[in-house]
Amino acid sequence: MIELLHVTKRYGDKLAVDDLSFTVQPGVVTGFLGPNGAGKSTTMRLIVGLDAPSAGEIRVEGRAYRELAGPLHEVGALLEARGVHVGRSAHAHLLAMAQTHGIDRARVAEVLDLVGLADVAHTRVGTFSLGMCQRLGIAAALLGDPGIVILDEPTNGLDPEGIVWVRGLLRELAAEGRTVFLSSHLMSEMALTADHLIIVGRGRLIAETTVEDVVRQASPGAAVRVRTPQAEALHAELARAGEQVSVRAVKRDVLDIMGVSSRQIGETAASRGIVLHELTPLRASLEDAYMDLTCKAVEYRAAASAMPDETDRLGLAA
Amino acid sequence: MITMAAGRSSSRVGVVTPGRVLRSEWTKLSSLRSTYCSLLVAVVALGGLGMLFAAIQMSDWSRLELENPQLLAAERSHFSSIDAAVGGYRLAQLGLGVLGVLVVSGEYATGMIRSSLMAVPRRLSVLWGKLTVFCAVTFALMLWCALTAFFGVQAIVASHDVDRALGDPDALRVVVGTALYLTAIGALGVGLGALLRNTAAAISAFVAVMFVVPGVVALLPAGLSASISPYLPLNAGSAIATTAQFGGADRLAPWTGFGVFCAYTALVVGLAAWRLARSDA
Repeated sequence: MIELLHVTKRYGDKLAVDDLSFTVQPGVVTGFLGPNGAGKSTTMRLIVGLDAPSAGEIRVEGRAYRELAGPLHEVGALLEARGVHVGRSAHAHLLAMAQTHGIDRARVAEVLDLVGLADVAHTRVGTFSLGMCQRLGIAAALLGDPGIVILDEPTNGLDPEGIVWVRGLLRELAAEGRTVFLSSHLMSEMALTADHLIIVGRGRLIAETTVEDVVRQASPGAAVRVRTPQAEALHAELARAGEQVSVRAVKRDVLDIMGVSSRQIGETAASRGIVLHELTPLRASLEDAYMDLTCKAVEYRAAASAMPDETDRLGLAA
Repeated sequence: MITMAAGRSSSRVGVVTPGRVLRSEWTKLSSLRSTYCSLLVAVVALGGLGMLFAAIQMSDWSRLELENPQLLAAERSHFSSIDAAVGGYRLAQLGLGVLGVLVVSGEYATGMIRSSLMAVPRRLSVLWGKLTVFCAVTFALMLWCALTAFFGVQAIVASHDVDRALGDPDALRVVVGTALYLTAIGALGVGLGALLRNTAAAISAFVAVMFVVPGVVALLPAGLSASISPYLPLNAGSAIATTAQFGGADRLAPWTGFGVFCAYTALVVGLAAWRLARSDA
């Protein structure tokens, strides 16, 4: 368990984390979501004692990180891909970390195998790709078999196979009862991995919620797009049947219908003999729901006119 | 290959101890190519240059024996086979100072320091561990080189009857003192690396303090220069690595000078420790 109590961190004039309080529970994957510059990485550095908070208190398993006698057994963290000396081999890096806790070489070999780096264990890390560095960082995080795993943007630089592997790994770690805390600036990534969500912007807590809730909030606005040569007839049928159905004509033969499911529309059309050329549920995307939550807090927001495409909005905002 | 994480029980045993930090630092030091390069420079310089120059000197003397016996006699009277043996320290000190800097600044440059401090959150252990391992390795290696150079040079210069025994006055002090001085130089490098956290800045500071400042001080009025000069790190520290007995005004006595040098090193290391413990990594 990780607990933050009114944590504030200033770097000079800049307020990186602003009175942040939350708890990360064991047994679930907790996503730490926010645009770049929201204070996610800073918060993670504070949790593992690399930086000291300006105010407030952070406890891991009930204690301050610096008071842990064997921290690698309590907390494993991947902060940045290159937390490794590039002149050293992956094996030597992990061995040096393991030796601080008296962890044996067998465990080093085990984690190298686990992340798929056994074949390049004795190659200099400087020759590694970003994805391989991420795998090495994950190996280092798991070295002490910790109860808490903290990962900052773990899928950065990984290939699709690696991303799928990380998602599975995180789920397994949580299923084993560990506290899993990972950051991302992509809601879509979180939707696939996390259960619980902590959303921050400008160093402040915006929401503590679950992926399910965000999805649910996103759904009411959802519409179904129907393409039919008998648009007026369908409109009339639905208006007769439904209470809260609202229909918007996009084109002469295209309707966006809200308040009724695609299944009901299809059945209604079939029973009246109305021909449908298209029947597509339009989901308000998770990214949109997330943007609604965060947009007031986004620090470096691009001008709305500069956003050519909804799917790019996050990238630009970041 | 992509399998489950190991169950949660097998290796949940260890706590961080000073001894474990030492082992870890030994692994770190011995797994980097830069360590071997820098140490090779120091070993060749201290272990080899003395013998090379002594051999050149002796062949020159063999020529002078026939051509200019008076000059030879004058040279012989000034020659110290002890100083000749350890003279290579002048080059070795650069290699060791740079290695000392890299031992710490390399971690900051690559981000390794974050991994180090996450594993050992009682941060000073990391600095003491690094210093201990680095100083032990340097001292052992440099003592071996100094002894090798000493006996090698004595064998070479025996042909002209200027060889000395390790039991002769100053001989043992210079041999051991050279190794001590080079170790302290390396420790100064470690301190500068930890204090400045940047390779270029720390190496510049090292070169400036050791080799540039003496030249600048020499520009001062003679009286002022002479009273400052003995306390400069290079002059103070290297007094232990030579048989030359300078008058009290020019140079400090060997152990006094070395003590002054150690005080400078302790000051830098102390500031570095303060910064490490107090500030964000």
